[in-house]
Amino acid sequence: MINSQLPILQVMVPLLAASLCAILPFRRLTWLIALAASLAALAISLNLLVLVLNDGPISYALGDWAAPWGIEYRVDALSAFVLVLVSALGSIIMVFAPTSLAREIDADRVFLFHAMYLLNLAGLLGMAVTGDVFNLFVFLEISSLSSYVMIGLGRDRRALTAAFQYLIMGTVGATFYVIGVGMMYMMTGTLNMADLGTRLPEVAATRTVIAAMAFIVVGLGLKLAIVPLHFWLPNAYAYAPTVVSAFLAATATKVALYALLRIVFTVFGGPAMIGLPVDQILLVLAIVAMFGASAVAIYQTDAKRLLAYSSLAQIGYMVLGISFLSATGLTATIIHLFNHALMKGALFLALGCIYLRLGSVQIEKMAGLGRRMPWTMGAFVVGGLSLIGIPLTVGFISKWYLIQAALERGWWLVAALILLSSLLAVIYVWRVVEVAYFQAPSDDMLQLREAPAVMVVPVWVLAGANVYFGVNPQQTIRAAQSAAAALLGGGG
Amino acid sequence: MAMNQHAVLRVVTKLLMPCILLFALYVQFHGEFGPGGGFQAGVIFGVGFVLYALIFGVGAARRVAPPGVLRGVLAGGVLLFTGVGIAGVLRGGSFLNYSVLSKDPLLGQEMGILLIEFGVGTTVAAAVITLFLIFAGQEQKE
Repeated sequence: MINSQLPILQVMVPLLAASLCAILPFRRLTWLIALAASLAALAISLNLLVLVLNDGPISYALGDWAAPWGIEYRVDALSAFVLVLVSALGSIIMVFAPTSLAREIDADRVFLFHAMYLLNLAGLLGMAVTGDVFNLFVFLEISSLSSYVMIGLGRDRRALTAAFQYLIMGTVGATFYVIGVGMMYMMTGTLNMADLGTRLPEVAATRTVIAAMAFIVVGLGLKLAIVPLHFWLPNAYAYAPTVVSAFLAATATKVALYALLRIVFTVFGGPAMIGLPVDQILLVLAIVAMFGASAVAIYQTDAKRLLAYSSLAQIGYMVLGISFLSATGLTATIIHLFNHALMKGALFLALGCIYLRLGSVQIEKMAGLGRRMPWTMGAFVVGGLSLIGIPLTVGFISKWYLIQAALERGWWLVAALILLSSLLAVIYVWRVVEVAYFQAPSDDMLQLREAPAVMVVPVWVLAGANVYFGVNPQQTIRAAQSAAAALLGGGG
Repeated sequence: MAMNQHAVLRVVTKLLMPCILLFALYVQFHGEFGPGGGFQAGVIFGVGFVLYALIFGVGAARRVAPPGVLRGVLAGGVLLFTGVGIAGVLRGGSFLNYSVLSKDPLLGQEMGILLIEFGVGTTVAAAVITLFLIFAGQEQKE
């Protein structure tokens, strides 16, 4: 019986925990609640993934209202994969959080952070679990609003303007999305994704549906930070508390990408169905992101900003995978979605350790850090190598599949561009490594100690995952392949 | 505050307050038969407090509705809503199935809708009051 209730519990456990945290202003207690809720969500999502891989998609009718009329929660291979990713990253980051938060957020606000984190988690999980386009909008807003608060919670006053900028852009994005949903509803009279998928082809050639798709792609593109729509992201990631940057970089953009995949493929049945050249547009934007954002990353003086720009470039790779419109391309996108969460999770958490000891993440101040904080910097290097795409790390698997997908289409130039843009990643990762390992530490760094184990262990769990899934990529690849097949086959 | 001199405003506000709050409760509990429901009721209830704060000052309104209490009500409404949903799950239905809440499905549905709408109403009212007091209290802090 409990198995059939898993889809709703996946969302409700964090949501209930969030309201509890808002009532109880004790930071230890709310931390325990947040950790327990994250772990419970992880257990639920792992169960769901096993169930889905064995028995196929799970459908859950809210209030026992049957599917096209009521809200349906629908878990297939792709959503289960995203659920596991989000809840796993959430759990790891929650273990890491208390020490880091004590340094970066006022003590009397920590319980609010936990409430907001849990709301965000509930929103992200809800986006992945729902089979209803309007319900997706509601969860999108829940996760967005809570992330604005989380970004603004830090001690850095600049975070407030960053959060405000994100609020404006995020609201525009959500509005565009809901306009698109309204247009689809106008043409079909339904909000259920599967139902839309069967009804839209009849009206696919109408201008309303074309406009709907354009609105939705732009709206989700804003949340996803596809390159010309990315202006909110660098500031938001750079000034937010490090735990927040890590969580958002690892999960929020990933879930937005999931929503884009879900809408473009499950609802619209692929860009070709509508006759809007979304794939070509995405191809160009992805390549601009890969080069432009990487080039900007090279010139950053703040390591968090550097990683933020690198995130934009990595989002470019994921979007590139979509633009191939092939099973291999989508597999590459989904693999990179998972792998990038591992890389950026490890890298941002490593910066969290550095901030704890150094009080800054300016690259120039990190001179000689390799000797003072060997474990933290070691994890940073592993994450950086993975970002570049060195063999034996997950980054290599992502690039391998991307290049394969490019060659499959006969796009030699694109394959070459993927390799070239990886070289830019070498430069910006090297800048940090050079300062940390090859420059003499300044005098005031002699007192510096390694970060506490409670922070270093979660960082290394993620860094280790970069290597583990790089050496044993079979599970990721299999899950990604069945997810891609579900997307392409599930058009109807 | 300058408002202290406006006897008419203060007296009329005091007269209006019970009517506004009562009307909010009417909209709340009559929502299943007529236009209304938790959201509208919550906004009307919150507006009562907004009027009070406008006439008697933010400080007085804060004494009636301290931030801690507001936060409790804010989260309490959500807890009530999800609690009713979970109760449906525990009684063998799916989330937010009201029919299983009581032996008589009709009574269960009535109970369910009243309770979740009350949850919505309390949360919305607390949210409206919180937002207003935060914005109105801004200049005093600086």
